[in-house]
Amino acid sequence: MDFSLSEEHRMIVETARRFVEEELYPYEAEVEESDTLRPELAAQIREKSIELGLYAANMPEELGGGGLDTVSMCLLDRELGRANMALNYTVARPSNILQACEGEQREKYLFPCIRGEKVDCLAMTEPGAGSDVRSMSCKAERDGDDFVINGVKHFISHADWADFVILFAATGEEETPRGPRKKITSFLVDKGWPGFTVRQGYKNVSHRGYHNFILEFDDCRVPSSQVLGVVDQGFDVANDWLGATRLQVAALSLGRCHRALEQSLDWAVERKQFGQQISKFQGVSFKLADMKMRLHAAELLVMEAAWKHEQGAMEDMDAAMAKLAATEALAFIADEAIQIHGGMGLMSDLPLERIWRDARVERIWEGTSEIQRHIISRSLLRPLGG
Amino acid sequence: MKVLVPVKRVVDYNVKIRVKPDQTGVETANVKMSMNPFDEIAVEQAVRLKEAGTATEIVAVSIGPTQSQETIRTALAMGADRGILVEADADVEPLAIAKMLKAIVEKEGPELVLLGKQAIDDDSNQTGQMLAALMGWPQATFASKVEMKDGSMDVTREVDGGLETINVKLPAALTVDLRLNEPRYASLPNIMKAKKKPIDTMSPADLGVEPAKRLEVLKVVEPEKRQGGAKVESVAELVDKLKNEAKVI
Ligand SMILES: Cc1cc2nc3c(=O)[nH]c(=O)nc-3n(C[C@H](O)[C@H](O)[C@H](O)COP(=O)(O)OP(=O)(O)OC[C@H]3O[C@@H](n4cnc5c(N)ncnc54)[C@H](O)[C@@H]3O)c2cc1C
Ligand SMILES: Cc1cc2nc3c(=O)[nH]c(=O)nc-3n(C[C@H](O)[C@H](O)[C@H](O)COP(=O)(O)OP(=O)(O)OC[C@H]3O[C@@H](n4cnc5c(N)ncnc54)[C@H](O)[C@@H]3O)c2cc1C
Repeated sequence: MDFSLSEEHRMIVETARRFVEEELYPYEAEVEESDTLRPELAAQIREKSIELGLYAANMPEELGGGGLDTVSMCLLDRELGRANMALNYTVARPSNILQACEGEQREKYLFPCIRGEKVDCLAMTEPGAGSDVRSMSCKAERDGDDFVINGVKHFISHADWADFVILFAATGEEETPRGPRKKITSFLVDKGWPGFTVRQGYKNVSHRGYHNFILEFDDCRVPSSQVLGVVDQGFDVANDWLGATRLQVAALSLGRCHRALEQSLDWAVERKQFGQQISKFQGVSFKLADMKMRLHAAELLVMEAAWKHEQGAMEDMDAAMAKLAATEALAFIADEAIQIHGGMGLMSDLPLERIWRDARVERIWEGTSEIQRHIISRSLLRPLGG
Repeated sequence: MKVLVPVKRVVDYNVKIRVKPDQTGVETANVKMSMNPFDEIAVEQAVRLKEAGTATEIVAVSIGPTQSQETIRTALAMGADRGILVEADADVEPLAIAKMLKAIVEKEGPELVLLGKQAIDDDSNQTGQMLAALMGWPQATFASKVEMKDGSMDVTREVDGGLETINVKLPAALTVDLRLNEPRYASLPNIMKAKKKPIDTMSPADLGVEPAKRLEVLKVVEPEKRQGGAKVESVAELVDKLKNEAKVI
């Protein structure tokens, strides 16, 4: 067993860290305070990250992407994850699912996303269908060579920056041994098409400057050439490509864990109360020990899952454990970091209060903690008939 | 023109240095190591020369433990073409380093050796000068600006009290100062390419050099902790303190 990082990994981390420190950190206060990302700033970050090859690093080299393997990608996401989400997402990781684009779709959607000319967003969730995403009621009905889409999606991230949406809609129902179940198809729908409206979403506690939106489809007509993958097999397409997205959430969370722990270590040795460094009190130092242990355990789970993904051997349970451990470690570490800082931890002068706020969404999106536990327990029990 | 750039693996400049309890040196176990920052500037300068069409090949050399290969790999990712690793102890003295570099220069035949003005670990500031002397080459040290001419270069040096510009004939040894340039960081595609660039490995014996110790370290201690300042109430008190406490007037 070899746990060491390669020279290449180490250099990717160095380049990414420097990029984050020089190109993203300086703008964090601005984005946090204004709750917006200026388009000029986004353009500047995009340009710089394209220059460094960090943009679309998840996409294969043959397609013009960075061609990073999964472990490298997790390391890159871990570094990017240190910074505010709106800033770090500007270094786009186009949805992997776009690799299912065929023919003209590649020229119109895939390649422009990799070149930094277009941005995608992805819409599954609905007001009535969250964890139980297959129960979605947004539907696409065939009409000649077209599909007519009706329904509402909500919580759709960065639909403001996006040029088009990767939309999942029901295209019928099928009988299965466990009862009827919806057939889902994935579509590429451009913003601005008649019958497709993007509305402001809810204001939320996490990730200032990175917003969610409500997408409304009202008799929106799209030609069948806009189907991504195969009709009725949208979830197969999704499962093929979306597995790594859970690892991405996990890796982004690790970055913030590291930042909060580093900040806490520095503070604990600097801050003096009762005539000594607070690090000398076990009440503080044992917190640091637990933070480190939780972080390291989560990091090992993420890296192992990433390594398995690279070998084509990652199971649902691996990604679930990685996502669960990393996001729960983040919640714990962010909270303890604030505790160690005392009152200062709550002030926006330090990045901790926002790391704490941002941590909250990580246990909800890309599958709630309960859903991850469900996946893990099902993998364990189903073979036993339990 | 071939350019040789020696790069040293040192404790990262961000690391808080700790002295070993036995006072024989500083702690390097489990400490982040990086390329000496002045050497990064030298690599950057070499890459710029190559981009300008002046340099044809850049060879990065590191003399030190096996892990110095990482330092070479960083240079390759910045744009050097190939590497030479001389596996040796971490604390080879400047004269022995200069002798090994001389052997490599004689083998490789570069017209320019670009070095950092000093390494941030031992601050010796000797290697470039010693190499130039051993080779019988001109040297230009503490460069803050370099302009290539036909067969020579104009080098602006940061000296006490100002800047001095000199012209040196090639081949020469050039040591670089902080303000010469801002080193780039390796882009992802270049990191990938670096993986495939060759690194030759050799020993000091292969170069005919015995890295004998000529210096003895007596002890290494932490700098004295800075005392906090104090406010004085009057000029009279200040003069009194300068006279009787600081004993400077
Ligand atoms: C800021 C933000 C951005 C988002 N961005 C996107 C996006 O870009 N695209 C997109 O499609 N979606 C997006 N989402 C949606 C996200 O994926 C969902 O919020 C998530 O899947 C949970 O669904 P829900 O919020 O409807 O909660 P629900 O599914 O209603 O869950 C409520 C509670 O019930 C629990 N629960 C549900 N089912 C089970 C079960 N079987 N066993 C045990 N417990 C269960 C859940 O764990 C949770 O605690 C975003 C969400 C947020 C908050
Ligand atoms: C929003 C806000 C409003 C406030 N309003 C007021 C106000 O109106 N008036 C006022 O006077 N103050 C006010 N305070 C100050 C508040 O009472 C202090 O923040 C609190 O006493 C903690 O002090 P500290 O923040 O300096 O943290 P520190 O005392 O520096 O504590 C840092 C960490 O060290 C730990 N620690 C310290 N000593 C020990 C020990 N001996 N053993 C183990 N662990 C230890 C702490 O538990 C904490 O985890 C306010 C604070 C906030 C955040």
